[in-house]
Amino acid sequence: MEIILNNRTETIAGDAMTINELINYKNFTFKMLVTKINGKLVKVDKRDDAVVRTGDNVEILHLISGG
Amino acid sequence: MKEKDIRQLLKSCRVGVAGCGGLGSNAAVALARIGIGGLELVDFDKVEASNLNRQYFFKKQLGLPKVEALAQNIHSIDPDVKLNCHQTKLDKDNISAIFSSCDLIIEAFDRAEAKAMLLEFMLEHMPQIPLIMGNGMAGFGGFDKLRQVQWDKHVYICGDFEAEIAEDLPPLAPRVGIVANMQANLALELLIKKG
Repeated sequence: MEIILNNRTETIAGDAMTINELINYKNFTFKMLVTKINGKLVKVDKRDDAVVRTGDNVEILHLISGG
Repeated sequence: MKEKDIRQLLKSCRVGVAGCGGLGSNAAVALARIGIGGLELVDFDKVEASNLNRQYFFKKQLGLPKVEALAQNIHSIDPDVKLNCHQTKLDKDNISAIFSSCDLIIEAFDRAEAKAMLLEFMLEHMPQIPLIMGNGMAGFGGFDKLRQVQWDKHVYICGDFEAEIAEDLPPLAPRVGIVANMQANLALELLIKKG
């Protein structure tokens, strides 16, 4: 499937996957992430339910300690 | 826009400051200097010696609650800024009560977990209030890596998005101060645009 991930077009194997599967697929190892599909917040406890499909716009923000 | 018009506009504005450490203390002071009407200052912590490398506090204030020390310093600059001090930890149960009257909020936490919690809460419950976050500002140099991103309709993020604090990558006054002032600068821009 083809999705937009963090403003870049990416081709990903498979037709659909959950946000958590996408995070693993991309090897995002950061601890603190905030995620959106098509502009809508997917809360941390919904990442095993929310499904990414072709054409979706996915945003995965990595939050970093320090301030 | 003339400075007196900027001050006139800011006089009726109130900004929430979520965390009064390196980002929050410096951003709050910047806004106080240009005439912000009021600030909601939130921090549970006290001033420690290790804070003085970047936070807007003084040696004689060690041991004071940060919100109290920051209030003293802001009122030394301008006694007319209206300050509400909340010496508490922000969580899902008090964010609305503390920040609902604010025109915008500056996220200035230290820990990534707290940043994520506030961002998720704001998107879900208070999406109409602009949120300006700081994300990645440890170490030194790398000025050209700092940027400002609009991540949602009312969510903006300032930082380099990569430099996490560590023992060999400490947060230091120059770079933390730059990001704090990026946040204050964007706050000013948004408040002026809103009119």
